[in-house]
Amino acid sequence: MCGCATDSDGASQKSAAPPSVENRRSFLAALLGVGSALVGGLLSVPLIRFALFPLLRRTTEVKSSPAGGMTEFSALTEPAMRTIQIELVDGWRKTVSEKAVYVTTDKDGQLRVLTSVCPHLGCTVPWNKEKNQFICPCHGATFTKDGSRVSGPSLRGMDTLESSVQDGQLLVRFQYFRQLVSDKEVIG
Amino acid sequence: MAPTVMHSQTEENNAPIPRQPGVWGWFNRRTGLDALLRTALYEPIPGGARLAYVFGSGLLFIFISQVVTGVFLALYYVPSADHAHTTVAYITKSVTAGSFLRSLHAYGASAMIVVLLLHLSQTYIYGAYKGRRELLWLSGCLLFALVLGMAFTGYLLPWDQRSYFATAVGTNAASEIPWIGESLKRMMRGGTEMGTLTISRFFVAHVFLIPAFIFALVASHIFLFRKAGAAGPSTENPYEPEQKLELFYPRQVLMDLSLTALLIIGLGLLCFFAPMQLGPPANSADAQYIPRPEWYYLPIFQWLKYWHGAASIVGILMIPTVLVLAIVALPFLDRSVERRPWKRPVAMGAYAFVLFALVGLGLRSQYVDKHDAGVAQQLAKQRSEEEEYMHKPFEPELSSASLTAANVALADPLAAKGKTIFEAQSCNACHGDGGVGTAAAPALVGIAAKIPPGQLAQFFEHPTPKMTAGGMPPIDLPADDLKALIAYVESLK
Repeated sequence: MCGCATDSDGASQKSAAPPSVENRRSFLAALLGVGSALVGGLLSVPLIRFALFPLLRRTTEVKSSPAGGMTEFSALTEPAMRTIQIELVDGWRKTVSEKAVYVTTDKDGQLRVLTSVCPHLGCTVPWNKEKNQFICPCHGATFTKDGSRVSGPSLRGMDTLESSVQDGQLLVRFQYFRQLVSDKEVIG
Repeated sequence: MAPTVMHSQTEENNAPIPRQPGVWGWFNRRTGLDALLRTALYEPIPGGARLAYVFGSGLLFIFISQVVTGVFLALYYVPSADHAHTTVAYITKSVTAGSFLRSLHAYGASAMIVVLLLHLSQTYIYGAYKGRRELLWLSGCLLFALVLGMAFTGYLLPWDQRSYFATAVGTNAASEIPWIGESLKRMMRGGTEMGTLTISRFFVAHVFLIPAFIFALVASHIFLFRKAGAAGPSTENPYEPEQKLELFYPRQVLMDLSLTALLIIGLGLLCFFAPMQLGPPANSADAQYIPRPEWYYLPIFQWLKYWHGAASIVGILMIPTVLVLAIVALPFLDRSVERRPWKRPVAMGAYAFVLFALVGLGLRSQYVDKHDAGVAQQLAKQRSEEEEYMHKPFEPELSSASLTAANVALADPLAAKGKTIFEAQSCNACHGDGGVGTAAAPALVGIAAKIPPGQLAQFFEHPTPKMTAGGMPPIDLPADDLKALIAYVESLK
């Protein structure tokens, strides 16, 4: 911007204006150019921050959902099914849905939360009390009490969900995982 | 200080560009940008640069600012009755610099009208519409109308109480126009009532139609201005300028930039320290809300109050039409070469009269509101509701897909019972929670519309061979439970 103004300035005024005037006006053009660039740069700061907001902040997230008080799970003998409300925030909207999860214990007796979605093709896996196993009704995949794979078409065990304890409440962060693969892989 | 030029300047501008070295020279030989800039900057001004001439550039700056901020706001805005307010609240409360940009756009509209009035007044007082400038004046009049149209259509888009009711009044006022009024109102609203179709129409007008006309008219306005030449001071001959010429660059450029700087600082401070408010979402059932238009529409608003019944044809149609026609036809009606305001008592008297009438009507409207205890109280309440809403944190909108099945089930005890059976029988294992479907079995959502009533029970007890092949077992339940299950499955929408 400033360069061109200087050029045109010199070109048209060469014959008319004495050198001192020409220099002064080149300087002014440069000053105006730099000044405009600075002001323009300053004005674009809020625009850039506005547009980059989704990059710098989380605009989509799955909120942790309460799955019940910890006292309910103090003496688990078998997996306990809980229906949790999942709040999925997506920019300015949110979707609330329900999903079944199992609160169970691992080999060391630690609490573990499993999704009820079968890692094979996504059916909801019920707990079979008699056989002491999770048995998927769709294609017969079976899993132990802690979700480890026993038999059937599933390539991996049932997926564990992130959980935490806050004020005596068990909080679960629900996620979906890719089906038909041997390694757990979050979708989306 | 400033060099003076003869009329041969134009010829000099058209002279072949000397071959310049470097990248700039290469670029310039292909674009001719240098000559273009020279034409832009070396516009001769009879009588020299003056502060009075800064408003046109100021308008151009605000227009560009409106375009840029408008485009950015569209990154998050959704034009529909159920999302517009949420998205504006999101911009205002959540998005970084969102409140600032929205304020810049909203206050920019007011600034546009202020500077536009100053530009118009300067042109009028200086008699700068005279001397082969009829088309220039006409394009200016059209631009004024379009800017008012932008202000009117943009005002509705946040879809809060204030904007909703102001637009309801505005579109109602249009229906007062005899003969075509009612059709005009329905055309604007997209129906008899304000609704989501109104937003779509206002959005299209605000974002596509009116801006396209403004771009075209700004270009013609500048072209016609350059063709006619700057009019100069009021002592100048409007046809053949005689006074000493001064180029637009540098002194006038500096003056124009001063106004721009002033606008940037003023608007920036205003937006930062007193950002634009957003009220609670539009509630068409609020019978107490008292709508008030933005300040620049107050005079018209007040004026309309005085005309009712048969007289309205005079007040709402005839007087405004005559006034608008008189303004538009001004350069055709006023053919004298005289430009000095003190030698044009009729023109100046008319200007003062219209100005006082507009200001008077606006102030009167404010005065009436302040001195009606009921109105003043309600307006204060509305303001405090806006304040209150602004202080609440942003609440995301609950999507329509959320738990609709669960909500339906809650409303109907039979379906609620069916939901527990659906889960206890592991129907959700294959058909998914809420019957959304999985890889193993189809969705049940919307099944009530596909299967005639009564047939569902038959399918449950005696699945078709296709169902059996897919793994669907026959359901053996007590009659009551089956009824509840069917009620639940039919409620899935």
